[in-house]
Amino acid sequence: METNFYNTPGKHKGILAWVLSTDHKRIGLLYLSCMTAFFLTGMTLGLLMRLELIAPGRTLMAASTYNALFTLHGVIMIFLFIIPGIPAALGNFMLPLQIGAQDVSFPRLNLMSWWFYIIGAAVAITSLFTGGGAPDTGWTFYVPYSIRTGTNVSLAVFGVFLMGISSTLTGLNFVTTIHRLRAPGMSWFRMPLFVWSIYATGWVQLLATPVIAITLLMLMAERFFGIGFFDPAKGGDPILFEHLFWIYSHPAVYIMILPAMGAVSEIIPVFARRTIFGYKAIAFSSLGIALFGYLVWGHHMFTSGMSDEARMIFSLLTFLVAVPSGIKVFNWVASLYKGSIRLDTPFLYIMAFIFLFSIGGLTGLVQGALATNVHVHGTYFIVAHFHYVMFGGTVFAFIAALHYWFPKMSGRMYHEGRARIAALALFIGFNTLYFPMFVLGWQGMPRRYYDYLPHYQPLHVVSTVGSWILATGILLMLYNLFRSLRTGEKAGDNPWGGTTLEWKTSSPPPVENFEKIPEVTTGPYHYQ
Amino acid sequence: MNDSTQTAVQHRDYAGAKLGMWLFLFTEILLFGGLFLVYSVYRSMYPEDFHEAAAGLSVVLGTVNTVILLTSSLTMALAISALQRGNTRQSVLLQGATIVLGLVFLVNKYFEWSGHIHEGIFPNAPELLARSHGQVQFYGLYYVMTGLHGLHVVAGLALIGIMLSLTIRQRITREDNGKLENAGLYWHLVDLIWIYLFPLFYLIT
Repeated sequence: METNFYNTPGKHKGILAWVLSTDHKRIGLLYLSCMTAFFLTGMTLGLLMRLELIAPGRTLMAASTYNALFTLHGVIMIFLFIIPGIPAALGNFMLPLQIGAQDVSFPRLNLMSWWFYIIGAAVAITSLFTGGGAPDTGWTFYVPYSIRTGTNVSLAVFGVFLMGISSTLTGLNFVTTIHRLRAPGMSWFRMPLFVWSIYATGWVQLLATPVIAITLLMLMAERFFGIGFFDPAKGGDPILFEHLFWIYSHPAVYIMILPAMGAVSEIIPVFARRTIFGYKAIAFSSLGIALFGYLVWGHHMFTSGMSDEARMIFSLLTFLVAVPSGIKVFNWVASLYKGSIRLDTPFLYIMAFIFLFSIGGLTGLVQGALATNVHVHGTYFIVAHFHYVMFGGTVFAFIAALHYWFPKMSGRMYHEGRARIAALALFIGFNTLYFPMFVLGWQGMPRRYYDYLPHYQPLHVVSTVGSWILATGILLMLYNLFRSLRTGEKAGDNPWGGTTLEWKTSSPPPVENFEKIPEVTTGPYHYQ
Repeated sequence: MNDSTQTAVQHRDYAGAKLGMWLFLFTEILLFGGLFLVYSVYRSMYPEDFHEAAAGLSVVLGTVNTVILLTSSLTMALAISALQRGNTRQSVLLQGATIVLGLVFLVNKYFEWSGHIHEGIFPNAPELLARSHGQVQFYGLYYVMTGLHGLHVVAGLALIGIMLSLTIRQRITREDNGKLENAGLYWHLVDLIWIYLFPLFYLIT
């Protein structure tokens, strides 16, 4: 049997060979398996919420339970799943392979990041069952309610703080790795675009996450010592918390979406058999998004109380972010022109991505404009918008990348037929679930409400039915991948005919990634 | 899989380790940046209150601590250059001196804090809440910022302690002293943050 990183014995045995491994591939898979578990948990919570909303009034649970559910759904999906997301799972696995390195710059720090993540996740989950009960503040932990509520906010916030450390250190590790460990001949403009996106993401993780760390520390200090930073009775300002929170949490949106865009840029050339159109434009637009992403946090607070000047400037900057995002979309579509397109599952998800992300992006502009923002702020419109961007965008790209790199990670092919059916179910279920929310929001249905007026019910029912279709699709997709781990055909080194370095080694790769570190002489997408 | 020997050799990347450390220092600055931001907001909201509240802090103690911390940065820098010249013994002594100075800083801080707490000036204390809003914010910031800085001093001391033991055991040597240099960078950052805290709290009356 061929040696690969699974069957090469290391220092430890059994489970310890994983949780104490400094191999970036094993750490990537650790993240991936934990995130899958958390995603399924978050999905179950979401299903329960949708079920509660199928009819007005009490259906399944008490109002306070519902509050806890949407908080958990948000905290789990955002902090435990989508922020570590593509960089920590697929980035860990693929980044060193794509730049022709043996590992990341700091392998032990990488392992430590995973431990911070998993301990943070454990702390956050413990907070649900201990103290005053599950937090009910929403994932944004807005003051003053988060200071006053008797639920277990402090512990949940501490868990998020630990996961923040994990995210920062991962970003630090990746930025250093990309600077230092590229294979001979791999200049900056010969890097795959996924690496560019991880690089931009790494900077955002480094420069934004500390701000949420200190914000959460301040929140904890408020709860324990009553200092009064955010308490008007003591001269503090609750709006300041919102500013600090969004100074991180808006850039965090780009931590979520940039790597997804990188994955899209990776998959399109391979399935169109054509070099990417506008390589440099896509690379620089990643940096552009990372940069502008810092300066737009105020658009989350248009109705919170800010001067008109500030609101107009934030609105303008928000429109400017759309420019680099648009550059990417146009370049992706242009890359398909005169390509020889293969409609395999990864590409199907990419097409879904472009469609859904465009809807999500354009409805973002509706909210970036001040006049319309006031109308749709805090309604289902925003819920629909960010699910289109985060789920329709990031998660669809994540799933695409998962199928694309599945043969490299496992050495086997997934079942194509089942994968396509799952993709279709996901696409239909997704739109059935979230599109009605745009309409509901436009009609005035507020987000986070437990109850609603009867005339909203038809669309709520459609949405709930959509959640069942979507969940079925996800379960089928996961079942297919897990089953293919055992029964899939052998994939070979390069089943897709990819040209980036990860396809130049065996599947799964050996411990040291490459028999011999490759020499790079061309750009990443070198198709004749 | 764990092939520690090979990765250890491969990753003795001096420039990479330095780059990583500088990036980490960036994140530390941003961590404090959040608090400096809050400080600037409340300072501009309550300039007079801040002015009055600062009179309650002892400039003497603050100055002494500044001198101590600056000196400790000097001894740390000298410890590194001593090792680079191959003088391990001197380096060990200077690292020890840095730790002692750091501890003296913390002891001073302890007396300073307990003095205030004794007077009833601490977060949520009735004595403090009876004062103006700006004073409440000033002392809130004072405790949180110098407290977080104090935690960084403790972390720095632990780090230098580890470096000291590695130097004694010849694991940090003239040829391979990147770890010590990085610990020095961290210590300078702790110093640097204090350089900003000192005028913002003690010298604004």
